[in-house]
Amino acid sequence: MAPRVDALYFFLVAVTTFFSLLIAGLIVFYAIRYRRREPDAVGARIEGGLLLEITWTIIPFLITMVIFVWGASIFFAMSRPPDETLNIYAVGKQWMWKFQHLNGAREINELHVPLGRNVKILMTSEDVIHDLFVPAFRVKADVVPGRYTQIWFQPTKPGTYHLFCAEYCGTQHSRMTGRVVVMEPSDYQTWLATSGTPGALAAAGETLFNDLSCNTCHRRESQSRGPSLHGLVGRTVNLEGGDTLVADEAYVRESIVNPSGRITAGFQPVMPAYQGLVSEEGLLALVEYVKSLGDASPTSHAQ
Amino acid sequence: MPSNLLLPPRHYLNDGYGVWSWLLTRDHKRIALLYLAAVTFFFFIGGAFAVMIRLELATPAGDMVSDDTYNKLFTMHGVMMVFFFLIPVIPSVLGNFLIPIMIGAKDLAFPKLNLASWYIYMIGATFTTYAIVTGGLDTGWTFYTPFSTASSTTNVIPAALGIFVTGFSSILTGLNFIVTIHKMRAPGMTWFRLPLFVWSHYATSLIMVLGTPVLAITLLLVAAERLFKFGIFDPELGGDPILFQHLFWFYSHPAVYIMILPGMGVVSELVAAFCRKPVFGYSVVAFSSLGIAILGFLVWGHHMFVAGQSVYAALIFSLLSFLVAIPSAIKVFNWTATMYKGAVSWETPMLYAIGFIGLFTIGGLTGLFLAAVGLNVHVTDTYFIIAHFHYIMVGGTIMAYLGGLHYWWPKISGRTYNELLAKVSAAIIFFGFNLTFFPQFILGYLGMPRRYHAYPPEFQVLNVLSSAGASLLGVGYLLPMAYLAWSLRYGKLVGSNPWGAVGLEWTTTSPPPTENFAETPVVTWEAYDYPTRVEGHVA
Repeated sequence: MAPRVDALYFFLVAVTTFFSLLIAGLIVFYAIRYRRREPDAVGARIEGGLLLEITWTIIPFLITMVIFVWGASIFFAMSRPPDETLNIYAVGKQWMWKFQHLNGAREINELHVPLGRNVKILMTSEDVIHDLFVPAFRVKADVVPGRYTQIWFQPTKPGTYHLFCAEYCGTQHSRMTGRVVVMEPSDYQTWLATSGTPGALAAAGETLFNDLSCNTCHRRESQSRGPSLHGLVGRTVNLEGGDTLVADEAYVRESIVNPSGRITAGFQPVMPAYQGLVSEEGLLALVEYVKSLGDASPTSHAQ
Repeated sequence: MPSNLLLPPRHYLNDGYGVWSWLLTRDHKRIALLYLAAVTFFFFIGGAFAVMIRLELATPAGDMVSDDTYNKLFTMHGVMMVFFFLIPVIPSVLGNFLIPIMIGAKDLAFPKLNLASWYIYMIGATFTTYAIVTGGLDTGWTFYTPFSTASSTTNVIPAALGIFVTGFSSILTGLNFIVTIHKMRAPGMTWFRLPLFVWSHYATSLIMVLGTPVLAITLLLVAAERLFKFGIFDPELGGDPILFQHLFWFYSHPAVYIMILPGMGVVSELVAAFCRKPVFGYSVVAFSSLGIAILGFLVWGHHMFVAGQSVYAALIFSLLSFLVAIPSAIKVFNWTATMYKGAVSWETPMLYAIGFIGLFTIGGLTGLFLAAVGLNVHVTDTYFIIAHFHYIMVGGTIMAYLGGLHYWWPKISGRTYNELLAKVSAAIIFFGFNLTFFPQFILGYLGMPRRYHAYPPEFQVLNVLSSAGASLLGVGYLLPMAYLAWSLRYGKLVGSNPWGAVGLEWTTTSPPPTENFAETPVVTWEAYDYPTRVEGHVA
């Protein structure tokens, strides 16, 4: 992404330089060429010119439309992560970044990623708004309490890079920084193996799922009191009232903390709200567990 | 030009002496001077905070003040400069003084309301100053929730209350201008004979009246959530923090145009007067002010491209932001074209006008970087955006204000200032400004986030340049204070029209009488209707 952003950046630097020099050059030229030579002199009586007005309306319009489309296309690519991504979860709090890997590894203010993979980070905040910013990757997104936001990037060079909080968040905002460590794939595999076990985050989510007794209602059987969660993420859900939505991580989270908001069609709003009862990290573990539940669901044919 | 000039026997400055003749005045010119004193005071308070910010940032370590103090410094710098200086400065000082004179009226439509506006402004500003003296404010001038409602332990409510109150001053001033421009024009002063200064203030007033109530409500909601735990913005209470940003920017983006549109009006006057030529494309420039005022209400979402709004919302706000750039570009081209075959003088106000056009052009063009949503993601919340809006607000608004102040100073005071000192300080300000803010564009592109008390050492060189520029800029701003104050007593007297400019304000005495004109003028000419020869300024 960085080369695409930079290409537009330097195009705009060129546009800015051109027009700034054009205007400055004309002003200086006119100021000298037409300087007042006698105290009582006046300028030529020129009221305006339609052709010129049209010209300098249309040319900026066309240039800005080029920039608009260019910027929009980059933004589309930024907003749509590729299908295959390495998923990492992040929680911002005053004043640190907490990262959770799928193997259960946790890092604070440091993030290890492999070279060449598409990395997607799903983020939320425990308190106020933060913003995860990695200048080298040209990515940035606010980290908002009560919401999930995401960024993705593909590291192309091993090394360590700055990671900043870019949304002012209080006393130690300027210390809410860290580094992204981009590793060769083989080194990354070693790091993964020593830092956790595959599937540990989903397993932690399953433990929490059972501890909170979610499993008493959310079962595979079609007669259960809650809808089955198998294959939920990415599936179209019919809601009470006739709306539909495509379930994503944010919907899973919302359905835990405030389940009566959007009820799956055919179910009663009987689930208690878990707002404030599960930490954001616990919620992310639950989300990962729900995502890890397979597609094959005995109730899927009933949909 | 006669050398034995005398002040007119009767003028607004000698129409009563003593404190009450000022504090209870209903004369728009005296009220303008009350504002001049007040906004200058708050400018130097806000400026003192900026000096401390730049001193802290001269080294990468956060070593001069604590992090909490630093956070309060940039917050209070922003609050003071935006709400108590930049928004009122040109309308309340120059607009107040000049609009009635320019349209041939005796005063604004509601003189008592005008005085009330000043008192409301002072009460609000005092509240906020109280908040600063008794502990400060650390939310940033943007008051983002839930930080401001749930996390900050500083004086959020008194500061917000002060801004809330001052908002009414803004609304009432806007209302006063709108009614005055509609109803008080002299015979023959048709809409299309109005000076462009008046047009731009008309557009500004519309924004003040329509936008400010939204800010007022938003700040009330912040106070209510903080005090009573209403769940409006805090997700813990069931609120939505992004809702705050929508409401806040719905006012605060148009507020940028409250700051810059009057400046554009000033520059139109300056370019015409110092080229002795009609402004090229008068009606295009007039309507572009209205275009900016209207489109300005539709672009607030470009402050939230990384805040998690939908991709399509972002694209629409991006498109509209590019469109609002076009009327500004048109103005720049028209001012430049006005200089073509002009009788261009290099007196101080023109230097400021030229400075404005150059810096506003850079400020506007860097706005295109920010409107391009894919590029905005990288540079938003960095020093790039700091540089961008300082080019607009400092390079634009303050340059225009100083240019206007120098241009109309002989009218305001009846005297002239030291031209050489004025030129030198204009040059210092221009150079100091660029040295302060240009490096910040590069810092932002390299990734230095804004509102950082300490920063990685590789950013130091550019920060030192910026701090060096800020010290020059500080000197540049102090000089006019000194020589303008000096000129009040020792400045050379001037006649009614020292610049050889046209416009009703130059047909009355300097300083004008309280009722502005001995008899109501009848206008039979177009704006900027220069004769073939004028009596020039012999300095």
